[in-house]
Order: sequence, then structure tokens, then C-alpha cells
Amino acid sequence: MKVSIKVNGVQYDKDVEPRTLLAYFLREDCGLTGTHVGCDTSSCGCCVVVMDGDTAVKSCTMFAVQADGHEILTVEGLAQGGTLHPLQQAFWDQHGLQCGYCTPGMLMTSYVLLKRTPNPSEADVREELSGNLCRCTGYNNIVKAVRQAAETLQAAPSTK
Amino acid sequence: MIPAAFDYFRASSVDDAFAHLQRLGADARVLAGGQSLIPAMRFRLARPAVLVDINAVPDLDDILIDGPALTLGATARDSAVERAAWIGESRWSLIHDVSRVVADPVVRQMGTVVGSLCHNDPSGDWPAVALASRAEMVVRGKAGTRTVGIDDFLVDSYTTAVAEGEMALAVRFPVPDERTAGSYQKVERKVGDYATAAAAVQVALNADGTIRQAGIALSSAGPCAVRVTAAEALLTGQMPTADLIRAAGDAAAKASDPQADLRGGIDYKKSLAGVLVSRGLRQALARLGVRS
Repeated sequence: MKVSIKVNGVQYDKDVEPRTLLAYFLREDCGLTGTHVGCDTSSCGCCVVVMDGDTAVKSCTMFAVQADGHEILTVEGLAQGGTLHPLQQAFWDQHGLQCGYCTPGMLMTSYVLLKRTPNPSEADVREELSGNLCRCTGYNNIVKAVRQAAETLQAAPSTK
Repeated sequence: MIPAAFDYFRASSVDDAFAHLQRLGADARVLAGGQSLIPAMRFRLARPAVLVDINAVPDLDDILIDGPALTLGATARDSAVERAAWIGESRWSLIHDVSRVVADPVVRQMGTVVGSLCHNDPSGDWPAVALASRAEMVVRGKAGTRTVGIDDFLVDSYTTAVAEGEMALAVRFPVPDERTAGSYQKVERKVGDYATAAAAVQVALNADGTIRQAGIALSSAGPCAVRVTAAEALLTGQMPTADLIRAAGDAAAKASDPQADLRGGIDYKKSLAGVLVSRGLRQALARLGVRS
């Protein structure tokens, strides 16, 4: 089936089987391997991407055909012109990653959280990330990083 | 872990979806949020030949309070319910509670309330809540659109009153009055796991403080969500006291019929169901300003 999906601002027109999951479309058809597949069953959150700017979705639990005509943002689309997104910079500053496998999902889930709740409490961040697992168990620094990014984004609201 | 091949139709309207479903019968499944269906397909527990995607159908995601009912359309997401403007009112506390504990926050951005009810997982959250709230389902069939009370809708594990070729359009929750509150109590090992036990409670009080109506239901307590009619009967017409609340919990423990698994043995789960009903009753009453 023909699909037309805008990923990180780039239009991808591809012919896919209906059973192609969005995560595999992104990784294999678009070559965007920043979206990771961990559990493959919607439990771990490694594969989270943003749909239409305001919805975090687990891309292993959505078919690519469902994204036809929609816009997807992946971790590769966060940095602009060589400058890290405030979330990415905050993860760097706060040592919010160890092995990094869960990081793309953490970033994309947090991206939507900060759109909806620009100034989240620690509890808000922990709750919102409760479907994203970090097996290095680096949660404290991840939470700190998201809160730092919230401050940065609030100070410069023009930043994406 | 890749689903079996299937054909895909994206419905443009309810009529369009219904026409596909009528034509395809048992071969077709409706795809709404997909948060239960797609994992089931990946495990090959479900192998529909055709998916009819209803996500592009306009207005099917309505969340609407109109007169006596709150209507949630077939593609209304859990997260949209969680963020509804009225959700903080105590009369909606049962729905507010459950909307914050279904699966995890990301899954809730895709998952739908009606989809959960149609999936009718014995460990699902919404079936118990719909029972305690005395909800009804709106189903499109050959003879037109009909409403089905939730007790008749939830037939058995993964089975509902939606027949081949039919589709559920919405769930309707009666708008509770101001002397009504509820509570959803769920014990889970971790976010996103099936509940070890869960209880949905809703109580409506008379002006004199006696209980006008009680809705008590359990999840993860049998092959299908369980309405605890014995507890509802005990509570109705009575002043809420600590003894009465304990008795309602005991009735729930008795009605619970769980299976032993990694989350606990049968005795533990039955006991937990009772504790959660009592706890839910106390919280619902506290939300109405009643100490018990």
C-alpha cells in the first residue's frame, strides 16, 4: 500500500505492506535508526515518536499505514542546524543517559510532556515517563534533565 | 513478532466502516487505538484478515456531556478523557481515577475507552468502571443503531455483544448527580502490567446521608469483569459505617474468582479485591465529605 508520511520535515513516499509497523518503517524504509525497538510489545517506550506535534506514540504498536498523511518527529529531528534541542542538551548536562538505548524514547515522550505541561513537577515527570523503561536505572538524572529542559524552554519560548 | 499479513481499509465515515464490516463479517476487525489489538496480532493471538481503520472518521473522537449522559466516541483517547475540562469534578472521580492508571501515559495517547470495552480483557480497567457507572454501549447493527446495557454488553472474556459485521460507536456514562463520587483502586506490580486486583466503586447519597445507589465492580477477578451485586445490595439504603464498608469488602472478596499467577495466589487476590472495595468506598465517601 502506498503511504506518504512526513518525517522530520522530509516527505517519504513508500510502498509498504499494511503489517509494517511504524518503528520498522522509520528504521528500514527511512533509514532513521534513532528510533529503537526494545520490547516490541508497547511496554518499554524505546520506540516513542511524536505524531502531528502533540501525541507521543509507541511506534512498535502502530502500523505505518496509520501514519499515512501524518507528520512524525523522531529523535533525529530534534536538533536544529547542529544545535542540540534543549532536551538533548539537558540530558547531556545532567548525565541523563548511560547506555543510551532508552534515550530516544525518553526524549520524545518528554517532548510531548513539555508541550502539554511546560513547567512539570518532579512527580509529573516521573508519572509521564512511567511507560519508558531505563534498564541502566538512570531515572534520577533523566528527571533532572527534563526539568532543566523545561526551564530552558520557558526562558526561550521561541525554541521548538 | 510481525503480525500475519492482512488487508487494510481506512474508513472515511461510519457508514463506510459499517459497509466494510458487513461485507467482511468475521474476517474483519475494527482498528481504533490498536493498543491491545496490535500486540495481540504481533503474538499471533489475533489474525484478522482485514483491519478497518476508523481513526480518520470525523467526529468519532467526541467527548460530549449532553443532558443525562457523557458520550465517548469510538476513537476518544484515554488521554483526552484524562484532560477533559470537567474531569476534576468529584462526580467524575471514578472516571478521573481510571483515566490516570490505564496502561501507561504514552499508551493512553493512542488507546481508546470504547476499544478497551470491546476488547473486554478480564484484566482491563474500563469494563469494571463501566459496570460500576452503569454505562451503556451504542452499537451499529444491521437493523440500525441500538443501545446495550453494559452488563449485557460484556459477555465473556474477550467477547461482547458486538456481533459479526457490527461496530461499537460509543459508550455512554450517566451523568452523576452532585451527591455522587467514586474511586478506582488498582494494585499493579509496575505501571503497564495487568492489575493484581482492581476495584471500581461509585456511590450516590440521598440528602439524609444514606446510600441511594452503589456500583461495585472488580477487574482481574474472573473470566470477565465482575459486578458485585451482593455488595451493592448491602449498601443500598444504608448509612455508610465502617462495619458496612467492611461487609461490602467481604462480599467483594467472596465474589472474586481470580486465577493464581505470578502476581499472587487465589486467597491473596480475593482478599485484595475486598480490601480495594473497602478502600474505594472510603475514598468515594471522603470525596463527598463523609468520614467513615
